[in-house]
Amino acid sequence: MSGTKRWIVVGVVIALVIAGSSAWLASGSPDGLERVAEDKEFLHRAEDSGYEILPGYTVPGIDDERASTVLAGVIGVIVVGGIAFGAGRLLRHSKPGADGPAPGEQT
Amino acid sequence: MMAAVGAIEVAADGPALHIPDGFVSTPVALAGWVVTGIIVGLAARRAGRELDDRAVPLMGVMAAFIFAAQMMNFPVAGGTSGHMLGGALAAVLLGPSAAVIVMTAVVGLQAFLFQDGGIGALGVNVLNMGILTAFTGYAAFRVATAAGGRSRAVVLGAMFVAAWVSVEVAAIATSLQLAVSDTSPLSVALPAMVGVHALVGIGEGLISAAALGFVLSTRPDLASRTVAAPSTMPVAGD
Repeated sequence: MSGTKRWIVVGVVIALVIAGSSAWLASGSPDGLERVAEDKEFLHRAEDSGYEILPGYTVPGIDDERASTVLAGVIGVIVVGGIAFGAGRLLRHSKPGADGPAPGEQT
Repeated sequence: MMAAVGAIEVAADGPALHIPDGFVSTPVALAGWVVTGIIVGLAARRAGRELDDRAVPLMGVMAAFIFAAQMMNFPVAGGTSGHMLGGALAAVLLGPSAAVIVMTAVVGLQAFLFQDGGIGALGVNVLNMGILTAFTGYAAFRVATAAGGRSRAVVLGAMFVAAWVSVEVAAIATSLQLAVSDTSPLSVALPAMVGVHALVGIGEGLISAAALGFVLSTRPDLASRTVAAPSTMPVAGD
């Protein structure tokens, strides 16, 4: 299994590098839906979520924009990787048909 | 990043197809939650049966990679950007059920933690970017490889096409939801969304093919079950 472990580490490192380097490399232009919303004049309909945790892939309180994005990206990669891995394990080892809560699902 | 549009920071900061709250009506948002909830529940049961132990770590790596790739907006024509969705890639590598779980984790986290995509709109967002991409991408991949065979070139080409198709399907679904919500008429939103995402889909296709190529080069055993026809006999190896 150590080969698999190494592969997993490599995969996660690749994800971390992509997420982190997006602070420098990602395009800041409006994306597809935003562009259409702007051009077709319905962007004003967007509503704020009313709360903020890591809004727009930044960490509140970290003023350096890039450092903020890097940290938010690292947090996201670790948390989402962990959730998906945990969900996979739970699903793999729970008997289908049992009425336990579905991992990764809303209540 | 810098938005020309003042007040609407949430929309301006978020990557591509994430629908903010306000773009879809309450009935559409609710329908999205219900449909997505049912499909994710079914996918969870199926994934439990289909997953093998080796696929579980791959789910975590896929989720991490897709989350990261979604942060990397790439420029497309006319001052617009796009980013990968990832559902097609996940479905080809993991099968559509596990892919739905992975994509739900990614899109759910983006909404709850990063305020990217509305909570109300989360159902439609998972549906568009996770479920529809996984199933249409998987279907397109199967069709293409059934027609073309399973050489490396065909598999990677099929991945490119499947990823492109999946992005367009997601864009079409989004346009339909915007139209039903009275946000933008179909005659306006559909051509615009399909046009922009025809370009975004090229990026999706290239990244997906590259990622699949990486897995096939490094650990083909992790991918073989889904890249080789999973519903027929399992393939022992090369």
